[in-house]
Amino acid sequence: MSDVTTDTVQLPAAASGASAPRYADAVRYAAPWIAVAVAFAVLPMIFSSGSALTTLSLMGIMIVFALSYNMLLGETGLLSFGHAVYYGLGGFLAIHAMNTVIHDHLPLPLFLIPLVGAFSGLLFGIIFGSVSTRRAGVAFAMISLGLGELVASSSLILRGFFGGEEGVSTNRTKLLHVFGLNFGPQIQVYYLIAFWCLVCMIAMFAIRRTPFGRMCNAVRENAERAQFVGYNPQVVRFMAFALAGLFAGVAGALAAINFELVNSSMVGAEPSGLVLLAAFVGGIGNFIGPVIGAIIVTWLEVTLSDMTDIWQLYFGLLFIGVVMFAPNGIAGLLMMHVPLWRARAYRPLSRLVLTYLIALVPALATLAGLIAVIEMIYHRSVKASDGATISLFHVTLDTTSVVPWIAAIVLLIGGFLLFRRTWPVVGAAWHDAIMYAQGAGKKK
Amino acid sequence: MISRFTTAFCALAAFVVVALPAAAEDSVKIAYVDPLSGGGASIGEVGLKTFQYLADSVNANGGVVGHKLEIVAYDNKLNAQETLLQVQKAIDSGVRFITQGNGSAFAAAIEDFVTKYNERNPGKEVLFFNYAAVDPVLTNDKCSYWHFRWDANSDIKMAALTNYMKTRSNVKKVYLINQDYSFGQSVRKGAREMLGAKRPDVEIVGDEVHPLLKVTDFSPYIAKIKASGADSVITGNWGQDFALLLKAAADAGLQVDWYTYYAGGTGGPTAIKQANLADRVYQISEGLPNEPYAPAQEFEKAFRAKTGVSLFYPRAVNEIGMFVKAAKEANSVDPVKVAAKLDGMKFTVDNGGEGFMRTDDHQFFQPMYIANLGPLDKNQPFEEEGTGWGWKVTGKIDAQDTLLPTSCKMNRPS
Amino acid sequence: MLELVTISTLNGVLYGMLLFLMASGLTLIFSMMGVLNFAHASFYMLGAFFGFQISQFVGFWPAFFIAPVLVGGIGALVERYGLRRVHKHGPVAELLFTFGLAFVIVEIVQMIWGKGPADYRVPPSLNFSAFTAFSTNYPAYKMFELLTAIAIFAVLLMLLTRTRIGLIIQASLTHPHMVAMLGHNVPRIFMLVFGVGTGLAAVAGVIAGPALVTQSNMAGSLGPILFVVVVVGGLGSLFGAFLASLLIGLVQTFAVSVNLSIADVLQPLGVAAPSGGALFDIWNVTVAQIAPIIPYLLLVLILIFRPTGLMGTREQ
Repeated sequence: MSDVTTDTVQLPAAASGASAPRYADAVRYAAPWIAVAVAFAVLPMIFSSGSALTTLSLMGIMIVFALSYNMLLGETGLLSFGHAVYYGLGGFLAIHAMNTVIHDHLPLPLFLIPLVGAFSGLLFGIIFGSVSTRRAGVAFAMISLGLGELVASSSLILRGFFGGEEGVSTNRTKLLHVFGLNFGPQIQVYYLIAFWCLVCMIAMFAIRRTPFGRMCNAVRENAERAQFVGYNPQVVRFMAFALAGLFAGVAGALAAINFELVNSSMVGAEPSGLVLLAAFVGGIGNFIGPVIGAIIVTWLEVTLSDMTDIWQLYFGLLFIGVVMFAPNGIAGLLMMHVPLWRARAYRPLSRLVLTYLIALVPALATLAGLIAVIEMIYHRSVKASDGATISLFHVTLDTTSVVPWIAAIVLLIGGFLLFRRTWPVVGAAWHDAIMYAQGAGKKK
Repeated sequence: MISRFTTAFCALAAFVVVALPAAAEDSVKIAYVDPLSGGGASIGEVGLKTFQYLADSVNANGGVVGHKLEIVAYDNKLNAQETLLQVQKAIDSGVRFITQGNGSAFAAAIEDFVTKYNERNPGKEVLFFNYAAVDPVLTNDKCSYWHFRWDANSDIKMAALTNYMKTRSNVKKVYLINQDYSFGQSVRKGAREMLGAKRPDVEIVGDEVHPLLKVTDFSPYIAKIKASGADSVITGNWGQDFALLLKAAADAGLQVDWYTYYAGGTGGPTAIKQANLADRVYQISEGLPNEPYAPAQEFEKAFRAKTGVSLFYPRAVNEIGMFVKAAKEANSVDPVKVAAKLDGMKFTVDNGGEGFMRTDDHQFFQPMYIANLGPLDKNQPFEEEGTGWGWKVTGKIDAQDTLLPTSCKMNRPS
Repeated sequence: MLELVTISTLNGVLYGMLLFLMASGLTLIFSMMGVLNFAHASFYMLGAFFGFQISQFVGFWPAFFIAPVLVGGIGALVERYGLRRVHKHGPVAELLFTFGLAFVIVEIVQMIWGKGPADYRVPPSLNFSAFTAFSTNYPAYKMFELLTAIAIFAVLLMLLTRTRIGLIIQASLTHPHMVAMLGHNVPRIFMLVFGVGTGLAAVAGVIAGPALVTQSNMAGSLGPILFVVVVVGGLGSLFGAFLASLLIGLVQTFAVSVNLSIADVLQPLGVAAPSGGALFDIWNVTVAQIAPIIPYLLLVLILIFRPTGLMGTREQ
């Protein structure tokens, strides 16, 4: 992973003790985070409509959730199908806390409620983790599935805590107002979420770099060997599980603040599957992967259902596509180019990017053809009574005539054949770039 | 040559003509927020078709105070947070009227959200028209000035049903079986209270709740019903819970009368016919196709011809009808003015008869009908789901006889 | 009392046998290939819909044989072109592939057959009452389900332990390279096994379709219970799956008839009820209300105390 190389290179410089290099190091470490903070602050000014703000808030919540999930899957190799339990329980405890604060007029501002979520996540992570983490691999996955189903089902029995199927609601403006902020408008909620998202990102990144974080990686790679080094893999997994639960709880509390409503669907299979999808599509081998995945999946979730009724099909296909062709996710694909960048192979790299762009055109055509075929089949088979025409990419297609079908199939097959023609070109450019990078490395 | 052709075609395809659908400049939009994908979609789509049909007929008659009426669909994916997200999206795209019905939990979420939104954004109020969510709490403890409900809530329906059962002498032992959630619980509580008050001689021999949409084999429950010796069963079950219950009953040869809320939903009539329960399954609703009222029958005929499904929501007809009337009386489509007119409005409902929107809780009261499913005779033209059987009215309860007290204390705008 | 016990036992055995029909394919795939097929319930649903569609043309009995073969064929193709590619990325990737596949199959079924229930009926030849026990009729169709499930169990067991192909399959699981070096086509064996496994799920679907509602949400409602059966029985053991299905079927059916709650047991003993909150709910909930979640409780308990399942042999 890229971080390891950064560490080994930096060691001699830090050991020298000169203050000027240390200052430069500090700036280099802090710069990305400052850039992220600035981006968070500036984004709502660019995307300022109401639904854009809501989407950005959702992305913030999902980023924290997906990163917490990656602590389990990417760092420690624990595939969990029930991570939403900690997310949901964090939300429930947070909303009950909010209602108690409102009811008893306690001097706790809304701002600090995510800490309640963190506490809840940690508590339940410890309780459930003590039994789940005894096993790893498939058994752990099954336990997480069973626990998830259990908690989701018991939510309809324990009505006092879970509020039945209506859930529990609250009013976030009724808590203590600090600095004149009542958190009624969505923009204030966005900044609250953005702040906590940044804090959690920094915290999780830091945990990753600690010896504990490294031991998690070791346990993931080879648990037996980690045992020989002197660490009990079960304890390592347990601690990772509890911490992952903590951050999931924060995400849940943020969701509780955002929606002012939590219900039993937050602990169920749906958010568990969604966070798995987000983390995996983004890439579980990198820190930035789940962030990318969270942004993409949230955006798809919000906009895709407006465009088509069969959005679940596209999600499933996306998932399968990533598993089959890019198991390291989008971040993995991007990270493949880092050695080229490091070796300053700029010209081959730009030529490579050019071949990507050339390959993109037929790829998009194939995609458009596939979507058209799927949508038309869907329309003919299920919604034929709605009329013959559908509107796709702002083009009206008459599904009863042969023309759109032929056009779609031509796009699909023709696009795919063209796409295949471009693969050798991309492969050659990649090969050249790698050779150049290796050659440049040898010169050094 | 082929590759050149395909390249050309791809290039052509890349120049997609962007033809934005021309939205009417001053159209008034109603957002329809219900499940349109996944499990609940079959129900959500029926509602959408109904509303779209109604909008088309309104527009054919001059629209709403001159504005075109547009129904915009939002898929709530049967998830409360998603519902709120879609409502937010709707509001952001200029919608001021939300309608929803499938799931009281989502209706509660929308009602809460709309109340808070109107409080925090004076001048940008939105209204919530509830056409099918029947939890009584929405017009009692959780009521709101900005929420209007056109479906009789489950307590009202139970009152009407028990009024009918009061007259049936063959009802002696009643078994209650319901889904374990707010609606099912309110059905069983209402049944116990009201039957106990109206027919103290009737014995309630069983009171069962089962998890919602999770049971695949109802034969143990049927065995218990049989063992109890019940002659009638009251159930609020819907969807697959109703279909599977009836299937198990048919398998076991259980012969009882069924008093239901939602036997007419998708799949219900098919299950009843498969179970061969002619004239034994009763349903309480606000309107039925075979009711001898000519305008309603004409409407039903035209509706079925255009959409291919039966009119399951006569209350949607009432909702849109009253919305148009309120806008006309207020001469505006501003939500605050429309709400003021809807408050207390009297209206002639889809099936004839008079109904009114009560000011105390914004609950609409209307005549209710008890019907059972069975073979039809000549002057009953409408059958269900291709079974050849249809709903036949066996009892009618006037609006005045369905009134129930309310605990609502809503904040009215000054 | 005796009536309730007898009827519950019969119902429980029947329900358990239905579960076993579905779990047998899953166990076969897992024990032979080490892949936990998340999409198994979706193949079950495909079997039901294929059975429905084919029976519309040629009747129930031909559909009973054709539909599983078709679905098994699809399963084999999925293995050959999908799972095999993903195999090199590890067991997690395989699990996730089948996870995504489950979604896609459900959506495709919805696209083709819509979201409502399909009118899949019990064939007239089986649509009579087999016997009457304590005034409750037992449909012959359920007897047919029972007999088919037992027959499949017997055939599978014999196939795996007594035939040559079964021994080769068992060997390929633990020593694939050795088996390949002995001249057997290991990838083809895996494809065959996956196809047969999904075909078995399809048989369950063809049979269960008329008994339960044939609808696109069938997979979601039975999927999790399926995993409970396989894990409780022991990952990799067919006999364990048989026992576990019976156990879960009986427990769930009996639980439904029990209307006791903790309150009913402890209140006569003088223990005071808690006033509110979560404890109050637990105090008053009856066993019948929690019947459908008992399998998950069982799953968690087994995984804590006996992680290899009742009869499992594989240690992960």
